[in-house]
Amino acid sequence: MTQAILFVVLLLAGTALLSWPLGRYMTWAMDPQTGSGKTNGITAFLQSLGGSRENQDWKRYALALLMFNLVMFVVAFAVLALQPYLPFNPDGKGALEGSLIFNTVSSFTANTDLQHYSGEVAMSYMSQLSAMMWLQFVSAATGMAALTALARGLAGRQLGNFFVDVQRATFLVLLPLALVVAILMVIGGMPMTFNGSAVATTLEGVQQTIARGPVAAFVSIKQLGTNGGGFFGPNSTHPFENPGFWTNVLSTFAIVIIPMACVWMFGRIIGRMRHASVLFVVMLVLMSVRIVGAVSFESTPTRAFESLPITQDVGNLEGKELRFGAAAGPLWAVVTTSTSNGSVNAMHDSLNPLTGLMPMIGMWLNEDFGGIGVGMINMFVYMIVAVFIAGMMIGRTPEYLGWRVEAREVKFAMMALIAHGFFILVGTAIFAATAWGAGTLNNIGPHGFSEILYEFSSATANNGSGFEGLGDNTVPWNVATGLVMLLARFIPIILPLAIIGSLSTKRRATESSGTLSVEDGTFAGMLTMTVLVVGALTFFPAATLGPIADHFVTMK
Amino acid sequence: MNALLSSLRVTVATMAICVGVYTTAVWAVGQAVVPDTAEGSLITRADGTVVGSRQIAQAFTQPQYVWPRPSAVDYNGAGAGGSNKSPASTDLTDRAAKTVAAYGATADNPLPAELAAASGGGLDPHITERAALYQVPRIAEARKIPAAQVEQAIKGAAFNPGGVFTSDRLVNVLELNIALDEGSAR
Repeated sequence: MTQAILFVVLLLAGTALLSWPLGRYMTWAMDPQTGSGKTNGITAFLQSLGGSRENQDWKRYALALLMFNLVMFVVAFAVLALQPYLPFNPDGKGALEGSLIFNTVSSFTANTDLQHYSGEVAMSYMSQLSAMMWLQFVSAATGMAALTALARGLAGRQLGNFFVDVQRATFLVLLPLALVVAILMVIGGMPMTFNGSAVATTLEGVQQTIARGPVAAFVSIKQLGTNGGGFFGPNSTHPFENPGFWTNVLSTFAIVIIPMACVWMFGRIIGRMRHASVLFVVMLVLMSVRIVGAVSFESTPTRAFESLPITQDVGNLEGKELRFGAAAGPLWAVVTTSTSNGSVNAMHDSLNPLTGLMPMIGMWLNEDFGGIGVGMINMFVYMIVAVFIAGMMIGRTPEYLGWRVEAREVKFAMMALIAHGFFILVGTAIFAATAWGAGTLNNIGPHGFSEILYEFSSATANNGSGFEGLGDNTVPWNVATGLVMLLARFIPIILPLAIIGSLSTKRRATESSGTLSVEDGTFAGMLTMTVLVVGALTFFPAATLGPIADHFVTMK
Repeated sequence: MNALLSSLRVTVATMAICVGVYTTAVWAVGQAVVPDTAEGSLITRADGTVVGSRQIAQAFTQPQYVWPRPSAVDYNGAGAGGSNKSPASTDLTDRAAKTVAAYGATADNPLPAELAAASGGGLDPHITERAALYQVPRIAEARKIPAAQVEQAIKGAAFNPGGVFTSDRLVNVLELNIALDEGSAR
């Protein structure tokens, strides 16, 4: 247990420390002339490459973002639809079913990477690389661009140009990091080949077909871009997708480093590092509580083995790999759902019921640290609500960074938060009540309900992990979660940009001693309470029917 | 219209660099520095036939071999997966009961839990040293060699995957079985 604690603490602390210099670099990359109005050489090059240089207002910025994402969707859809006719298909993968293509393309466009297919079974190398992996780069870049624009707006500046921002995020931030991590992954034992499956004759004389492929390049950006979509079906539990202890450490680091650095980048662009520190601490605490919960709940041994002559001293190992060590599974389960990544190194369906609740809470809150860019944007939405409530309590006009928060802004913020709960709960209710969901379960009772609840939570939070026992490659699941992923991606990006558009028409007040500080413990407490109250009130009933009931029924 | 044109231009640029250049670069490094693992860590016999991959578990059911962890996909290297069963599921109890019977485990000599629990991908190439030592009597009997010789092979193959961060020493089942075959032939 001491080893487990040491492992978790060192890994988190190391990542948090490194997020500081990365945040500094990202600020230079995304917003090189912070406030100066000058244009550097890189910006000029990207302006001519994208053929777009003008400053966009929030509507044009949002429109450009949507247009680019539409093109992403169409291009990737075409690649998947044409799979049998395209090259780099050594194992001769065939055509894909229409609703599965829709779901997959929606999923990767929305930075979700929910997968209703198994990579090594269904996809050619061409599809994996030029549809999925490409979307893993540009969808993450879309989120980072949106956050940059939002922060510029809060700083009282113009929002910038989406096409320049998305290229900065892709070429200056994601690409160099992905290259370094991919090279470390390949040295750590991950395959990187364009040859098709190998066929082995085992020691006992049986034929074993071993799928492989250009895994390292794919997995690197999968982790860094809060994507999470695996090259292989069982994601990072697969020995080729996570060969050893140290690739697992590197992967865990890669999952959370950019979302952490996004907070520092936000702080630098708005010029308020103390405020960013408060946000960072709030997020870190919310995440750490769930990590402690998950690691301790998962030390309960597999209940199904209790009546058999099987040792009961090692915790629950069903669905886990031995090479990562004892705490790696529950730690990863929390960070991957805290950051909207969604890759897994242990099967979440086989986690103990209360351990399985921890990732669900992460997806319900969806802001500590959240997906690239969008996690910080979600926190901004919570802050709008928090300062509004605080302002009402002390009878003052609510302000955030000197911007007066009024009915219009709060309405937009509430719409974004309500949409999140609406998609999860209404979707779960419909599928739990009909054969669409009830007919696809792998487990009975409350655990089966948890499978449906998790699936909609994952789709809505743009996470992508799952209780994978669910037989989710059906037309109703593909269409419903495909639509939910797209709506739950773009509504919480567009509405906050609209808030910025609305704030920027107002005159900014200077902060005085009478202004509610956003840099102290009171604010941190107020924000934490807002996050928890909104999260708990919305999702507590569903949690009771799922994992909590599951715990009391089966674990007694 | 300008937005569409710019979107297309950025699409071409990102596709060329992030898919074309990036993938080729990572592939080139892999092939130059670690060609063996980059091709999937395949183990080949002298005559060129592939026995398996060091990183991928394969089925072992014969008594003279060390057995791996259970696999929910029967060690399918082209379609991996876990059981995805609730840890309290009766299906797991039934499956584990079969495993217990195969090992002949009793209350006095309980089966190490890792030998009853299926891994996430169904292809975990490792078991713990403890779980390998548990199988020594069966292997020694089937191979008609002293138990000490099997134990020695296991202890020689065991390694600690994470240094100070992990306590359980692991063995690679396929490599160990190849070593046992070679040791018996000598």
